[in-house]
Amino acid sequence: MVTNITNLGRSGVSDWLIQRASAVILALYTIFMVAFFLFHPNLDYVAWSSLFDRTWMKIFTLLALLSIAAHAWIGLWIVSTDYIKKSCVRLGVQTAVILALFAFVIWGVQVLWGA
Amino acid sequence: MSTLQVSIYRYNPETDDAPYMQEFQVDTQGRDLMVLNVIQMIKEQDSTLAYRRSCREGVCGSDGVNMNGKNGLTCVTPISEVTKGNKLVLRPLPGLPVVRDLVVDMSMFYKQYERIQPYLQNDAAEPAIERLQSPEDRDKLDGLYECILCACCSTSCPSFWWNPDKFVGPAGLLQAYRFLADSRDTATKERLSSLDDPFSVFRCRGIMNCVNVCPKGLNPTRAIGKIREMLLSNAT
Repeated sequence: MVTNITNLGRSGVSDWLIQRASAVILALYTIFMVAFFLFHPNLDYVAWSSLFDRTWMKIFTLLALLSIAAHAWIGLWIVSTDYIKKSCVRLGVQTAVILALFAFVIWGVQVLWGA
Repeated sequence: MSTLQVSIYRYNPETDDAPYMQEFQVDTQGRDLMVLNVIQMIKEQDSTLAYRRSCREGVCGSDGVNMNGKNGLTCVTPISEVTKGNKLVLRPLPGLPVVRDLVVDMSMFYKQYERIQPYLQNDAAEPAIERLQSPEDRDKLDGLYECILCACCSTSCPSFWWNPDKFVGPAGLLQAYRFLADSRDTATKERLSSLDDPFSVFRCRGIMNCVNVCPKGLNPTRAIGKIREMLLSNAT
């Protein structure tokens, strides 16, 4: 057993599962957005804001945002443990990634539910 | 053309500052020799060349080297299988410390093998004669027990190159699954809990270099997938 404390799920199997579940959610969100753009070739502000006025769209978008955060945390954690061998640098990079993802999620909530 | 151009990685830490490639010419007389035969002919030219070999028939697994970029056993690899044109480049197995020339230090590889406890564990009372197994359960071990620990797979795996101290590697994981799949082994839960971290199993990214090089035609990637399934069903 190799001990780790900065990965998202604290265990390999949970990280693995979260990464796959978040990938499915992101794929669905991408397909939805691409389809929306295809069906609205002359997209204007009214159509765009009425889409995001719906509660389900806000929830779907927040879910996609959380999926990006989880997916990126796990993925970049793996990259950092593979390639950054100096532990103080690695911890610094991991902290920066986690803080940036936290900021993006809060910012996204503000965009979705803000005025 | 019966003259083979062979380029061999040379390094003697007692006399050399750095490794270098040495060129040899071997007259194969048009025969499709095994790479081990070629190395033996070079050894006759230069007796200081160091390499490992033993059974010379693909059973002992001691002569794994990197031939023209691909790991394999020299004794069962004909030169026609690995040579491009007339050139053969021989290097030690990648990722492990070089002891001398083609001989590598396998400690890290064995350490990972030891970690998965490669022996049957059963705390039930011993039967009078032997622990029986149905033919169906025995079939589950096919494709697993044949591993000869030549390290061709683990040393072709980038995840093992980057984290040989934490990632068990394809050879170790194939054996881990060999005991997880054994109906006579009762330590399944303990075995799984020692593998449930982000490195031991999950550093495998499924690129299948191990399957590509295995001289015994085994499939460690499939075994790793099965361990993952067992971990998942154990934890959900």
